[in-house]
Amino acid sequence: MHPILKLVAQRLALGLLLLFAASILIFVGTSILPGDVAQSILGQAATPEALANLRAELGMDQPAITRYFNWLAGVLQGDLGTALTNGRDIAESLGSRLGNTLFLAFWAAVIAVPLSIFLGLLAVRYKDRWPDKLISGVTLTTISIPEFMIGYVLIYWVSIQWGLFSSVAIINDSMSLGQKLNAIAIPVMVLTLVVLAHMMRMTRAAILNVMQSAYIETAELKGLGMLKIIRKHAFPNAIAPIVNVVMLNLAYLVVGVVVVEVVFAYPGMGQYLVDHVSKRDVPVVQACGLIFAAVYIGLNLVADIVSILANPRLRHPK
Amino acid sequence: MTDQLKHLSEKVTKGLMTRREFVGRAAALGVTAAVANSMLASAAKAAGPVRGGTLKLGASGGESTNTQDPALTASEVPLYNLRHWGETLVDVGADGNIEYRMAESVEGSADAKQWVFKIRKGVPFSNGKDMTPEDVLMTMQRHSNEDSQSGALGIMRGIEDMKVDGDNFIVNLSTGNADLPYLMADYHLMIQPGGGMDDPGAGIGTGPYTIEFDEPGVRHGFKRREDYWDSENRGFAEFSEQLVLNDATARTAALQSGQVHMINRVDPKVASLLDRAPSLSVKSTAGRGHYVFIMHVDTAPFANNELRLALQYAINRQEMVDKILRGYGSIGNDFPINAGYPLFDESIPQREHDLAKAAEHYKKSGHDGSPIILRTADGAFPGAVDAAALFQQSAQAAGIPLEIKREPNDGYWSEVWNVQPFCASYWGGRPVQDQMYSTAYLSTADWNDTRFKVPEFDEMLLAARAEIDEAKRKEIYSKMAVMLRDEGGLILPMFNDFVGAIAANVGGWVDVPFGARFIIKAPF
Repeated sequence: MHPILKLVAQRLALGLLLLFAASILIFVGTSILPGDVAQSILGQAATPEALANLRAELGMDQPAITRYFNWLAGVLQGDLGTALTNGRDIAESLGSRLGNTLFLAFWAAVIAVPLSIFLGLLAVRYKDRWPDKLISGVTLTTISIPEFMIGYVLIYWVSIQWGLFSSVAIINDSMSLGQKLNAIAIPVMVLTLVVLAHMMRMTRAAILNVMQSAYIETAELKGLGMLKIIRKHAFPNAIAPIVNVVMLNLAYLVVGVVVVEVVFAYPGMGQYLVDHVSKRDVPVVQACGLIFAAVYIGLNLVADIVSILANPRLRHPK
Repeated sequence: MTDQLKHLSEKVTKGLMTRREFVGRAAALGVTAAVANSMLASAAKAAGPVRGGTLKLGASGGESTNTQDPALTASEVPLYNLRHWGETLVDVGADGNIEYRMAESVEGSADAKQWVFKIRKGVPFSNGKDMTPEDVLMTMQRHSNEDSQSGALGIMRGIEDMKVDGDNFIVNLSTGNADLPYLMADYHLMIQPGGGMDDPGAGIGTGPYTIEFDEPGVRHGFKRREDYWDSENRGFAEFSEQLVLNDATARTAALQSGQVHMINRVDPKVASLLDRAPSLSVKSTAGRGHYVFIMHVDTAPFANNELRLALQYAINRQEMVDKILRGYGSIGNDFPINAGYPLFDESIPQREHDLAKAAEHYKKSGHDGSPIILRTADGAFPGAVDAAALFQQSAQAAGIPLEIKREPNDGYWSEVWNVQPFCASYWGGRPVQDQMYSTAYLSTADWNDTRFKVPEFDEMLLAARAEIDEAKRKEIYSKMAVMLRDEGGLILPMFNDFVGAIAANVGGWVDVPFGARFIIKAPF
């Protein structure tokens, strides 16, 4: 077998094992939380008999291990089950939420990734001069401010004062692409500002590292322009760390944006997960957890493979 | 003075004050009766309703776990949903009186044990079928079934049997209850076809709207029904949409930028600032909801009434209303009833903040000086952590050592409330005194969160329940209030107003002291 195929197969198998472990962790985690699903559904308004009835109906009276394996068997057959709280099909509700999350992450990434890499290159080109300092200063500031704060500030100016974009990012299937983009414009700005610094700084550091090499000096001595040196000689050798940090940030855009979702009332997976965690809706939490874990593991897998492909020494092992 | 008069006249229009009261108060401000009456007329001249358009409500209190099943409704967004598509037998109107909905009239027997609801004819469900007394019966049966998870199960428990007789729905009680019609206004008891036994979450009812789209935790959309029976009075907007905006800032921003027309739960901290904006107005409605600190009267050290009194005198009620509610509320008197309830006795003296008395009672209690632990959480009520800190400081001034233990929101209602002997909590209030007392102060009540178990109190409650003579009932309720205030485990510093905001182009706002009703006249 080709070594790369073998490597991918190995990584995939490891990923599946990790997913399995993650599902157990999530299940144990939800089981040891105080309160239970019946209590949470009925809230303060719960009488003991209503609680007992609901528990029996939800199958909460069975041992945890039985419930876990029943669920796992369902998932392996593609059945995520129904939500305990409102009886809806999980796969269906989760599908549209996941779609929304990926939609937002996609547009944030489309803007943030090229922008941060470009800014990183620019910072290297003007290292230690004012453009470098300005770029670092601004992006480090925006990453340091909590994202809800950036969200509120942008809502105040962009939505309320200037009336440019909507402050409520609720999207649905009947909206056109333009309307959807209008709705998510401010959240995309927030997310971009939040992830920019990390990727930009990593790009800058990785390329500067390469720039110390002897072959860059050679390139300089043969009279190549600075930008050309960065593009042709430095960047290809800096791809691996950059891809790594880009993937980490993409994963964050998918799994870590619940605060932004709340501020903009965006119907993504984060809010969906939090609602069901607070109601102890274990099947939904498990399903969300699995998807989040899969996204994380998958993106890291991609990062690994890309860095191997980008490195001739790993691509052609002796 | 003019502002004050304007405020008073608005109150009359909203039904919070009678005309006579208004004229009296205006006279106190030096205005003659004639002028007062004419002012009232101009305030009451509300613009007639405009039909059509889309009304958007930005609401907190919705989750992606919500359903349309009335039995399981516990928070605001699902409640507003119910009000769109469903109706109950009766409603409690803005003036605190019964408004007839699915029932045309109601009559009680002399001992208040039998109640006959005459059911309205020719009212269609949104599935096209006419609502019948059998549907009413089946709805009530579903909610009174011990296997049901209905939030109204407690209400239904006193019912011995129910039957249909011609156009009438008849309820027989084991003990008389003069308030039964009020209990039938409970929002869980939406009349559904076949009682909703086959599909409780179908959202089919007799209300002014039908569900257009239903995305729990995101948005709910409703379209006006052409065949709605009471279109004269309700359901003016062609479309009504609810956006679930749980974040307070997102909610206010959506209203300010014109993306919604109404929002609920305005944070009192920003309400007065928000009210300055010309494009909207803040609406606060005095209600029966209250914030409390509850002590288990059967657990040391709270079993000692002197210590309870010490804490009750130590709390600074006015400061709480000013700082926690920012003035959007009123002070409490350590029993859960205020002027929002029928048969409230206004002559019961107010318990004042009195450090000397607090210190005196504390000394009498002989408490060993060990810290008294008060549990609180952000979720106990808005501002509960700050309120506990204020309480701690004023108690300190009286020499009472309070120690605040902050608990996580998660699990607060299962692990702390009704479990720990001293904690912060809230009540939403109930339509009538009997229901409030039966829910939380009857010896046998599940939610007796102060462990107040006094046979004499129970007897009075049952006697008042069956008493048809209102003067006598009022007297009994007054005695009960005083007993609870002097011997109970309840520290009730404040009744909170419900604060919401509407855009300037929304007309026809009606304050309803209890809960949220949907009478909207869309102005588009």
